[in-house]
Amino acid sequence: MSRARVVLAGAWELVVGEDWRAAVGVVLALSLTALLADAGIAAWWVMPLAVAGLLSLSVWRTARAAARPRE
Amino acid sequence: MSATEIGLALSVFLACAVEAVEALTIVLAVGATRGWRSALWGAGTAAAILAAAVAALGPAIASLPLGLLRTVIGGLLLVFGLQWLRKAVLRAGGVKARHDELEIFREARAAARATAAQPRAGLDRYAFTVAFQGVLLEGLEVVFIVITFGANQHRVALASAVAGVAVLLVAAVGFAVRAPLARVPENAMKFAVGVMLSSFGMFWGAEGAGASWPAGEAALLAIVPGVLLMALVLSWGVRRAALSA
Repeated sequence: MSRARVVLAGAWELVVGEDWRAAVGVVLALSLTALLADAGIAAWWVMPLAVAGLLSLSVWRTARAAARPRE
Repeated sequence: MSATEIGLALSVFLACAVEAVEALTIVLAVGATRGWRSALWGAGTAAAILAAAVAALGPAIASLPLGLLRTVIGGLLLVFGLQWLRKAVLRAGGVKARHDELEIFREARAAARATAAQPRAGLDRYAFTVAFQGVLLEGLEVVFIVITFGANQHRVALASAVAGVAVLLVAAVGFAVRAPLARVPENAMKFAVGVMLSSFGMFWGAEGAGASWPAGEAALLAIVPGVLLMALVLSWGVRRAALSA
């Protein structure tokens, strides 16, 4: 692996970690916030809802995977 | 001091202290087993690299336009914070193993004893490398927090100073007792840091994207307890599910 790829992989692991879906969810929520705000609609509620949903999903996914018996 | 500055100081201090406790365990294990000179050279070199990274990246990132800075850095902080919070919730729920500094210390000491001496340039290469990696890897998370929190408020110097105080405090206590700081409530501290990172990331990210929080900065007084409550409820739910499985 080249040095640049090692650095990028390290940065990804540091910031995003095991659950890339949470990162995608944050990007989508920020985009929706920007769209609503641009249209003059109150948008502050988007991020709290997104965080509640993303954290719950991420936790349950990991907890369920940990509870699943290994074959 | 504003609410966001208090949040900055508290988050950086807790995050830095908890990572410093983990790094200290590794440095103590190799230092006590293989010699202090090489371990301290390794730890010091890593600390110097981390400080240089903050000095180089902090002002550069802080010079970006505020809207872009808050959206990108707020988003990154939120992604990073959610990762911390998820792990903290899973630890509190009993699904993920809790950090046990004494166990980590024993393992690191056993590994150090089992490895033959590797003298190089007057230093033990093994002790230098293990201490260097330990401090660098634990410190990278602190650098990320110092830069993101500091740059967002144009207070990189304050964030760096708080981080320095936390490191010096942990190092002083650790070297005074010459033992891992197993009684530090590490898991609770990580839980608190996860809550703070997620809350501030959410706040700045939304502001950067153009949203206006009701009551401005005072909204943090509702966001932080709200995120904490949600994380506690999730921990309780995970623990219940784990017990009934």
